[in-house]
Amino acid sequence: MNQKCECGRVNPYGTEVCGSCGKPLADPDSNRLLNMRYEGAARRSQIYSTSIIDKIWNFFSSVKVGIGIIIVTLIASSLGTIFPQEMFMPPGETPEVYYEEEYGGLGQVYYAFGLHNMYGSWWYMLLIAALGVSIIVASIDRFFPLYKALKSQRVTRHKSFMKRQRIFGTTRVEDIDHTFQEAQDLLKKKRYNIREENGHILAEKNRWARWGPYVNHIGLIIFLIGASLRFFPGMYVDENMWVREGETEVVPGTSGDYYVENQGFTYEEFDEDDEIFADGMEASAAIQFEETFRTDAVLYTPEGPLGVDQELEEVDRHPIEVNDAFHFDDYALYQVDYKLDELKELSFEVEDTETDEVLGSFAVDLNDPDDTYALNNGEEVRIHSYFPNFEMNDEGMPTTENDVPDNPAFIFEMVNPDTEALDHTFLGIQANYNVSPDQEENRYAFSLDGFDTNDLTGLTVRKDNTIPYLSVGGAIFLIGLVQGSYWPHRRIWLQRNDGEVWLAAHTNKHWAPLKKDIDAITKETKITTPRDQIDDEYEKGEDKDDS
Amino acid sequence: MEQLSMNLLGAAFFLYLASTIFYAVSVTGRKWRNKQGEVTGNRWGKAGYITAILGVVAALGYFFTRWAVAGHAPVSNMFEYVAFFGITISLAFVIIYGIYRVNVLGLITMPIVMLLIAYGSVFSTEVQPLQPSLQSHWLEIHVITTAIGQGILAVSFGAGLIYLLRTINLKEKGMTKRTFGVEFIMYTLVSVIAFIIVTNAFGAFDYEANFAYINEEGQQAEILYELPPLFGPNEGELLTEDRMEPWLEMPDWIESDDLNTVAWTFGTGLILYALIRLLTRRRVGALLQPLFKNVRPQTVDEVSYRAIAIGFPVFTLGGLVFAMIYAQIAWTRFWGWDPKEVWALVTFLFYAVYLHLRLNRDWHGEPSAWLAVVGFAIIIFNLIFVNLVIAGLHSYA
Repeated sequence: MNQKCECGRVNPYGTEVCGSCGKPLADPDSNRLLNMRYEGAARRSQIYSTSIIDKIWNFFSSVKVGIGIIIVTLIASSLGTIFPQEMFMPPGETPEVYYEEEYGGLGQVYYAFGLHNMYGSWWYMLLIAALGVSIIVASIDRFFPLYKALKSQRVTRHKSFMKRQRIFGTTRVEDIDHTFQEAQDLLKKKRYNIREENGHILAEKNRWARWGPYVNHIGLIIFLIGASLRFFPGMYVDENMWVREGETEVVPGTSGDYYVENQGFTYEEFDEDDEIFADGMEASAAIQFEETFRTDAVLYTPEGPLGVDQELEEVDRHPIEVNDAFHFDDYALYQVDYKLDELKELSFEVEDTETDEVLGSFAVDLNDPDDTYALNNGEEVRIHSYFPNFEMNDEGMPTTENDVPDNPAFIFEMVNPDTEALDHTFLGIQANYNVSPDQEENRYAFSLDGFDTNDLTGLTVRKDNTIPYLSVGGAIFLIGLVQGSYWPHRRIWLQRNDGEVWLAAHTNKHWAPLKKDIDAITKETKITTPRDQIDDEYEKGEDKDDS
Repeated sequence: MEQLSMNLLGAAFFLYLASTIFYAVSVTGRKWRNKQGEVTGNRWGKAGYITAILGVVAALGYFFTRWAVAGHAPVSNMFEYVAFFGITISLAFVIIYGIYRVNVLGLITMPIVMLLIAYGSVFSTEVQPLQPSLQSHWLEIHVITTAIGQGILAVSFGAGLIYLLRTINLKEKGMTKRTFGVEFIMYTLVSVIAFIIVTNAFGAFDYEANFAYINEEGQQAEILYELPPLFGPNEGELLTEDRMEPWLEMPDWIESDDLNTVAWTFGTGLILYALIRLLTRRRVGALLQPLFKNVRPQTVDEVSYRAIAIGFPVFTLGGLVFAMIYAQIAWTRFWGWDPKEVWALVTFLFYAVYLHLRLNRDWHGEPSAWLAVVGFAIIIFNLIFVNLVIAGLHSYA
């Protein structure tokens, strides 16, 4: 059911303003200002509404629905910051217990509603997906009609189109040709594109700014697609690793392709007597002010046939610091954490209580202890048990929390050559007990002789192949945003009607600068300042308020 | 040098004050009309503009000398950031006033700038060293761009507030949603003034109350109050002599000293606000209203929208794009749902909503003005509340 306009153009059903001459078709007899959104062109969403696909299309094409989705996303996102998300929970905690214990009843509610894992939840993902669909549908629904309308617009506009523009005025002028020439020159100087038809003028600038919103929406879609690529295997790696000084570890997430050696870890703090920062550091509540931490890292890759004989070959080396990652292949190693002065080695001295003779001493590598240690006189110390991070379990038995040597403890075993009895000694930090099976007095006395420490570096292994897509999407988004925001689309129509000059003007945003352009014309030519019909409406409204 | 830098900031503060006074005179004084009979302001408006520009110059002097002293841009703790945010608002004002020449905009923006600088100065103003993750030029690029974006967006709040004060009848009897809304904004602004007065007053007497308390990890710790403790810490015990006992004890997961400051702020704000109402027998907004009676509402509506149209891309660039690049370099990931990141996203989404609603003419004018106020509230929330109360990677102060 198309509509034929008096100018001859056939407009699709739903057109509000004729695409060619601008005659108002929706409410031809009204005096109200024309709604210039999308040039009054018909959109798909207004034409079809019968099939289910039409209905879905119409739903997502609505700006109101789009705004609704953004608002729900906005509220949901902010709710997720009330308490820390699950991912920021201290390690070793379970969410069921943690939220209730830390935040009481509110925390329980927070957990029950799943707000503790907001941003990874299926419905948050669904919201973002709906937003993406809305952006695509609403943009397609509007871009093509708008593009066609602006492309096919004619210079000659219907009289009621002119009258119903926000800026409109008429002036009786003697020499219209001369006035038009002057006005045209002024507008050209202001970089308007001038088109002439039947003696009328259309001055237009920055039409391309109208495409800004569609460009930025394309950018957003690319960005969202890029973000969803993370869920495909091989696109994304996020692993943590700890490496002790002098040790080489396989880099997790690289399928054993890479090994990294920590050749040395450096930690520096700001000098508390620093000339510039001393006062600032004293005033602060912080206890330490770390300046740098750095790992001198060497990267290796295994060479030769798979198996025991594989040798590690150096690929590259790089001092890793915060803000200066070690990039190789698609991966990057980031400096994120450290542990200073972890116990590395304990040495012990053994004395024979029968002879009061020191039998010798031995040093245990806490990360890789030997089974036995030989003393000077040929006797042997056997490690019966080793608890790197000693604690007593619920049954009162010694056990270890993990294999990090933060609180090492040992049960050493020696054989008394005279009696063949087993001597068991429990030795830990500030602990030294006889735990021999026969409960007899021990012949051999152990004592702590010395210790050695080293530093650990905490590294994050990261690979993110989605970043190129995100960069392209983000760049396009910004270009579109700037294109649509910083250049207003302006049009000024000049018509000659029965010895009068009719002037109408429209802009998609910011009317004051448009009026300044028009002021330049009215100042230099005989054309008088047109009215801003919004002011008229407003003043009418204000009169009503007062009465 | 550090002293010079602070002096320049002081000078800027007084230039902003002078600018406010000039604009006040220009608004209340005699009008000058051009041949079309439009009000074009008067010479006082020009004086206001020139002093505002000088204020920006002095403030930038502060910024760059402090940068030279510290070796990094002064945007890395609460004082530095809040002060810089104020400066960017004045910068945005200078740009937007250049386009629209609305004197009342200066009258409302300059005091906001002064309030922010004064508020920032409550925090420690000493130069502090940067922790490793902040030692990057991306810190400067990201924070400065974000602050400029927020400064421009803040001007839309100023214009929106003018719109509301211009168009809403604040003399009518009985409370409506609109009068309540305007008065709530006024009360908030009064509370900021109250906060600055209270902290400076107790600071002048070096007020301190030290508590021993049990912290979140269940350990014994100490906490220092610089305002009398209305809300005490968890199992707190006063260590300082001759100090009042707290009225209420807080659980361990609440930062009780911050809550105490908030209570003082809004409590004394309420007293101050009530005093003004009682003495003048009018709404606070109604007291300011005469200043705006000659404003053309459409113009301030457009200024408010224009500021958002200019500020939104800048904020997006600094607060999201540069932020993501920096986060990828410093924190290994471009996005990690840190509260500050989330609230930058919320700000972005909110102004996106504004821009889409603006497509519909029914949302022009007053609804837009309310939205501009809410947008500014979100920015301030992200700046103050998220930094001070919600713990996260951005809690530096």
